[in-house]
Amino acid sequence: MERLPRWADVALVPLISLLLAAIIAALVILAIGQDPWEAITVMVQGSVMNAYGWGYTLYYATSFMFTGLAVTVAFHAGLFNIGGEGQAQLGGLGVALCCLFLPWPHWSLALIGATFAGAAFGAAWAAVPAYLQAKRGSHIVITTIMFNYIASAFLIFMLVDVLRPDGQMDPATANFPEATHLPTLNEIPGLNLIFTSGVPANVTLFIALAMAVVVWALLWRTRLGYAIRAYGKSEPAARYAGISPFGIIMVAMMISGGLAGMMAINNVMGEAERLLGNSASGAGFIGIAVALMGRNHPVGVVLAALLFGFLFQGGAELGLWTKIPIEMRTVVQGLVILFTGALDMMVRMLLTWIFNLFRAGRMAKGAA
Amino acid sequence: MDYATLLQILDSTIRLATPLLFACLAGLYSERAGIFDIGLEGKMLMAAMSSASVAFLTGSVWAGLMAGILASMLMAGIHGVASITFRGNQLISGVALNFVASGITVLVAQRLFGQGGRTPPLEGEARFNPITLPFAEELQGVPILGPLYYEVISGHSLLVYIAVLTVPLTWWILFRTRFGLRLRAVGENPAAVDTAGISVVGLRFAAVAITGILCGLAGAYMATALQAGFGREMTAGRGYIALAALIFAKWRPVAALWACLLFGFFQALALRPDVVQAVVQVKIPVPFLDALPYVLTVLVLAGFVGKAIPPRAGGEPYVKER
Amino acid sequence: MADARYAIELKGISKSFGPVQANKDIHIAVPKGTIHGIIGENGAGKSTLMSILYGFYRADSGEIFINGKATTIPDSQSAIRAGIGMVFQHFKLVQNFTVLENVVLGAEEGALLAGSLAKARKVLTDLSREYELDVDPDAVIEDLSVGHQQRVEILKALYRQADILILDEPTGVLTPAEADHLFRILKGLRDQGKTIILITHKLREIMETTDNVSVMRRGTMVDTVKTAETSPEQLAELMVGRKVLLEVEKKPALLGRTVLKVEDLRVVDEHGVERLKGVSFEIRSGEILGIAGVAGNGQSELLEALGGIARATGKVTLNGADLPLSGKGADGRSRRAAGIAHVPEDRQALGLIMDFTAWENVAFGYHDAPEYQKNSLFMDNDALRADTERKMATFDVRPPIPTLAAKSFSGGNQQKIVVAREIERNPDLLLVGQPTRGVDIGAIEFIHKQIVALRDQGKAILLVSVELDEIRSLSDRIAVMFDGRIMGFRDPETTDERDLGLMMAGMAGTGEAA
Repeated sequence: MERLPRWADVALVPLISLLLAAIIAALVILAIGQDPWEAITVMVQGSVMNAYGWGYTLYYATSFMFTGLAVTVAFHAGLFNIGGEGQAQLGGLGVALCCLFLPWPHWSLALIGATFAGAAFGAAWAAVPAYLQAKRGSHIVITTIMFNYIASAFLIFMLVDVLRPDGQMDPATANFPEATHLPTLNEIPGLNLIFTSGVPANVTLFIALAMAVVVWALLWRTRLGYAIRAYGKSEPAARYAGISPFGIIMVAMMISGGLAGMMAINNVMGEAERLLGNSASGAGFIGIAVALMGRNHPVGVVLAALLFGFLFQGGAELGLWTKIPIEMRTVVQGLVILFTGALDMMVRMLLTWIFNLFRAGRMAKGAA
Repeated sequence: MDYATLLQILDSTIRLATPLLFACLAGLYSERAGIFDIGLEGKMLMAAMSSASVAFLTGSVWAGLMAGILASMLMAGIHGVASITFRGNQLISGVALNFVASGITVLVAQRLFGQGGRTPPLEGEARFNPITLPFAEELQGVPILGPLYYEVISGHSLLVYIAVLTVPLTWWILFRTRFGLRLRAVGENPAAVDTAGISVVGLRFAAVAITGILCGLAGAYMATALQAGFGREMTAGRGYIALAALIFAKWRPVAALWACLLFGFFQALALRPDVVQAVVQVKIPVPFLDALPYVLTVLVLAGFVGKAIPPRAGGEPYVKER
Repeated sequence: MADARYAIELKGISKSFGPVQANKDIHIAVPKGTIHGIIGENGAGKSTLMSILYGFYRADSGEIFINGKATTIPDSQSAIRAGIGMVFQHFKLVQNFTVLENVVLGAEEGALLAGSLAKARKVLTDLSREYELDVDPDAVIEDLSVGHQQRVEILKALYRQADILILDEPTGVLTPAEADHLFRILKGLRDQGKTIILITHKLREIMETTDNVSVMRRGTMVDTVKTAETSPEQLAELMVGRKVLLEVEKKPALLGRTVLKVEDLRVVDEHGVERLKGVSFEIRSGEILGIAGVAGNGQSELLEALGGIARATGKVTLNGADLPLSGKGADGRSRRAAGIAHVPEDRQALGLIMDFTAWENVAFGYHDAPEYQKNSLFMDNDALRADTERKMATFDVRPPIPTLAAKSFSGGNQQKIVVAREIERNPDLLLVGQPTRGVDIGAIEFIHKQIVALRDQGKAILLVSVELDEIRSLSDRIAVMFDGRIMGFRDPETTDERDLGLMMAGMAGTGEAA
């Protein structure tokens, strides 16, 4: 058996995985008595065929870039951070406190402040499971799951009992002051020629893209990134090399949690302009799918985030215009994680087999 | 707090502990065989939806139970193919299947009943109804023990008693049978099993299948006994609490019973914030009670309550070495 | 035609793994009731051949005859049915099971355990009496010594009524005394009519124990001879294909000041077991101190404590300055800064990141060295690659491609990468563990020369090896370790194998202290 060429491993494997997930999803749609072709048409129409759709697709993609990068950084340290959801919710709390209680003269300054606040809160929430993993050996997958539930309960408490303005019924904070409102893409000169009506995508998109570059440089160009990757490959070897496991677990998880927390500047500050319950709405989990699909590389993560932005916006359109429930996107998300993360070996075996068939065919022809 | 209230809380403790116990024992078989399963939640959810749907459509809770078990075993089978046959990442496979279950249950229920992803309420033969144990009525007058027997021990559905009986059964299978010996061996050192001429893959699939059956019972209990029908995300993290209980119990069946009862007790308390307030004399916000099982689990995981050593080969796909 | 006089007869067995041909047209015939040695270097294809016999792999071509009957062995179950028992180099025991449970596993009598366990208890008692194989049936494996665990493996095979017993490198983890006991057991089994195949790379064992010996080299069967009619020199020549140079050429040592001073060094492992029980010694500049001993007697912990990997207590000074043994400053990074380089015992688990490229591995442990930095923020990967190319040329690493992943190099070339990285730091003290394990002959010579060259520059070297020949030919002074203690020091010129062997088994040696 010949090995797969590198380009096939990098590009073809995720594409085939995606294709298999799409086929199963189509079968699911058929099984509930709907038309897959109609579904894909509605999704494409509603998410990428006009500026309005793009505005939403990019908005979702922005969130997923943050959470995807969060999972990526942790992954390179050999840690599976399932806690992005809770970290993003805590990030939302940080952003909300920062916007509500500090007097910001201009949105640009508020954005800088909120970015740090969101990151700090997310990082702090990730620091506890990290500490327990590093010092007490508690399995980080299980603790981060538990911390998602604890975060959720904590935010309900904060919104219901602490931050809710008097006389307001729904569990949410007050609206953020005008000076903290971020420009959306349609308010940016130049881009307003494309985005002619109001869209939720906002300047945070550029911060997300910048973070992808930062994460790339961090992982492959700095000493810290080298240490993170070395530790992620082998803890005993890292110990031999004098790389502190405690330090790496803490730093990698806090960077990861910080990136997840930063997501809140997109949805909480940029879009809702107040903090609502369940603000992260699953983006933390989608980060897992995005990181797997993007092969834990920032370029792949950006592309996969766009794809999931499309799925998310398209899925919402499905809920609006067809009889397919919006939960379809959860199914697709699960299928993508399954095929790219757990059945990747199957896909690789399949591809290797096909490649060998072609090679054999070519050799037979050469001989004839 | 008076005795009657205590009995009420203990009664709901048993009700709430039952799905945890089924799921916890389900996880025990899988993890003892070396397959991590964080997809207990998804399997329960699939079973809950399938059992409620079939029970409603056929009017028979037994048909519903079978459907729930089959649906859960299907999910377990996929997990087995991913993690045993294709040696994929067991944690990721579990996460993925939880998402698939979360979405697909709503899709199917919506398609079948068109009620926003719920099943219609189950009644009569489509549910598991309470059983009154022998002499429960007669002994009610006996002080202290009589009401305890009547209120807490008696009056549950059949599945509750099956769950309790599964504990000694599991202990017996694990420690007194050939299958149990091999199961424990494959979770500790699959190479020893392989060189002894026993199929590692076969054993692990058998374990995963049992996990499927027990998760099926857990889900069916949720939808046809604890509640009367399926609602979206109705398992609400119980699969994860069961996992935590398994760690708390250090992968031992009898300890699993106590762990699940404890966590069931916390859930029962969260339903009665008034009682908690009366006992501790401070108003405790409900979210804090909701978070209590998770917080305690973290404390357990942090090793403040003994050290949990998982089966040695857990989470590692078996590859023959040269 | 197959011959029923042979317990095992293999005809034309070949097996490839991708482009690597592990076995090429192997022919071998093992007469019943004999001990048959199979000898060859690491990677000669011995283990693959035995894995085929035990149903772990299927041969690409060739035939297998058991007791004269053509047999196919698709899986371990068939091998067991054909009467073959295997004792692997790495035991296949369930650590938290009892001896009895391990013996019964896979050979149970029925669905319930009680009957099987009772029967096994009786059989075990008989077997132990018959063959000096006494072990407590109720002991838990993890509490047993390695020698006893090996007996459990043999009992497992006998319980399954094996007539043919294959042992793969059985003495690697045994003391000389335990090994002698094992060979008595094997001879007893042969005298009862069993057939034994002994796979090893140790010439002494072959000469002392076997009736016939087959030599393998690079996947082929070179020759089969009667043991009585051959000599170690002839076998060694057959194994490597040319004269072996076991002596390392080196000048007399020029000892200088004391570089390393170790006093009462102790290490307790994570289970609370004391692994190093108060070790004291000194190494002077220009000296190689060799630590001899059976694996698992504290040598690894010694290296790890000095290398900053394991926590320890006691007192260690390097060039007169105290080295912290726990807490801050007791890590690999501080040790490197202090002038200690470390070639670890297990290069694949510790010394290299197998998925990293060669150039990334050259920075391993030194990734914050100033010459690898572009500025305060970023590393200079170009400088690193250039440095790797230079090191690869100096140390003759093949292929000399810095961007290749470490796992793509052969064992010898992997080790050269590690040795190059550590020696080129010009350390005051070099820790070396098993420098030539799994390394081909050519690379062994090269690595030995590098170690001696460093010594001749006036550096101190601590060498740990389980290969006595390596210790004896490289060291200027030998310390023997047993059970976490140093049994004594010897001069390699005046000691002999028997003296060292006694100390390795925990007894007083016969030689003079050095």
